[in-house]
Amino acid sequence: MKYVVLIYGNPESRRAWEGMSDEQRAAGLAYYQQLNDDLDASGERIVSERLAFPELTKRVSVSDGAPMTTDGPFAEAKEFLAGFYLLDCESFERAVEIAGRVPEASFGVVEVRPVMGLHGPEL
Amino acid sequence: MSEDLLRSLAPQVLTALVRRYGDFDACEDAVQEALLAAAQQWPADGVPDHPKGWLITTASRRRIEQWRSETARQRREETVALAEPPDPEPVAAVDDTLTLLLLCCHPSLTRPSQVALTLRAVGGLTTAEIARAFLVPEATIGQRISRAKQKLRGTRFALPEAERPERLAAVLQVLYLIFTEGHTASSGGALNRVELTSEAIRLVRQLRAELPDDGEVTGLLALMLLTEARRPARVDASGALVPLASQDRSLWNASLIAEGVSLITGALSTAPVGPYQLQAAIAAVHDEAATAEETDWAEILTLYDLLRVVAPGPMVTLNRVVAFAQVHGPSAGLAELAGTASDPALAASHRVDAVRAHLLELSGDGAGARGAYLAAARRTLSLPEQAYLQSRAARLGPG
Repeated sequence: MKYVVLIYGNPESRRAWEGMSDEQRAAGLAYYQQLNDDLDASGERIVSERLAFPELTKRVSVSDGAPMTTDGPFAEAKEFLAGFYLLDCESFERAVEIAGRVPEASFGVVEVRPVMGLHGPEL
Repeated sequence: MSEDLLRSLAPQVLTALVRRYGDFDACEDAVQEALLAAAQQWPADGVPDHPKGWLITTASRRRIEQWRSETARQRREETVALAEPPDPEPVAAVDDTLTLLLLCCHPSLTRPSQVALTLRAVGGLTTAEIARAFLVPEATIGQRISRAKQKLRGTRFALPEAERPERLAAVLQVLYLIFTEGHTASSGGALNRVELTSEAIRLVRQLRAELPDDGEVTGLLALMLLTEARRPARVDASGALVPLASQDRSLWNASLIAEGVSLITGALSTAPVGPYQLQAAIAAVHDEAATAEETDWAEILTLYDLLRVVAPGPMVTLNRVVAFAQVHGPSAGLAELAGTASDPALAASHRVDAVRAHLLELSGDGAGARGAYLAAARRTLSLPEQAYLQSRAARLGPG
């Protein structure tokens, strides 16, 4: 069963990151590396990525068949997607347990959602 | 042809190797390499006269090569092993498939690991094929298999007789899980995918050849055949799910039904009853009805009443409600459904909403049915099912 863990940033988490020393940041990244290694060893990590800060966002809209883009910053956004994990694990409980290891969970901005599949049961 | 041959020989070759060298982990790798070599060479050079002997010899050589590259300290032992020519056609052990299945479904492994290891070691599938079948990256399955094999290191190959019934139950669950996993409604992109339903049926057939008198093994095979028989009618031309009641029964596979019915009839009259036999019997009642209206719902309700005693569970409870409503009418069914609401396993299930919607529709409450279909559609994790539930809601009125 696949689950996606969505990691949001907010002004509080961003301030925390910006206030860190290089050593603290390195420790934070090492923590993530360990998490990834553990999930690779258990075969549960399909993919995970960190996303650039929202200033580099381009919003796309199509009008008359032509795509238009609007550049950030989107200062009005209090929360922004900062990264994600795509997991393949046994249960929702297990996915939640993994999400609990994501440091951002201490800011209360980590979500887990099941992925919709093609499994069609007998009706 | 040679692919089927390879896969059916895989468990025999692996057990032969494990009996000779002892270490499951390294032997399994060697057999995979031998299977790959055969898949490359046989189409060009022709299938050898003794395919099994060829595979055992090739795998043995690989195993020895691995050994040689491991440490220099072992060089002496390996010379001995090399000097000993592998038997071209060793005495076939009758229970190869069973022995391997029991090992791959070892209780120390998680269910996904049991599934992956079973498909590779017993099914003879490659890691890439398993990964495609489950729509996950090859590395995910590769890690899962190598971790599972590490965990099994040191596990005895032969199983104490006392543990066998419990362990066999786990094997049947894993095989049924492989079957249901393959029961998807996907259409595009299926070309490169191994059919997990066919794979599960093949493995249960192999298992049954070794345990012909086990009623549950036969029951599981019958259940799979009777379910697989309806596959051509389960999805329409646009890929949408077709419920059992609306399926074009002329598309059902008559020979699979005949085989399934004959198997389950035989098992029920000779073996102690069990959950797979009861589910197969229910499937047989559906499959034997020429039209949905002719379905013997009283018989199905009786079977669900038995199943509720033998193997209670949320899906049994819910399916029994559906049968109950068919026998006693939708209002009685809704009252019965209300009685299941206390089951915590059902409280969060979209299936309860789907059944409620169906019963409300039958009882003439269109607005109530529409709301329940939409509630079910929001909570399902299956795309085809969501499309189906939304279409049912749409038929009952505008949003």
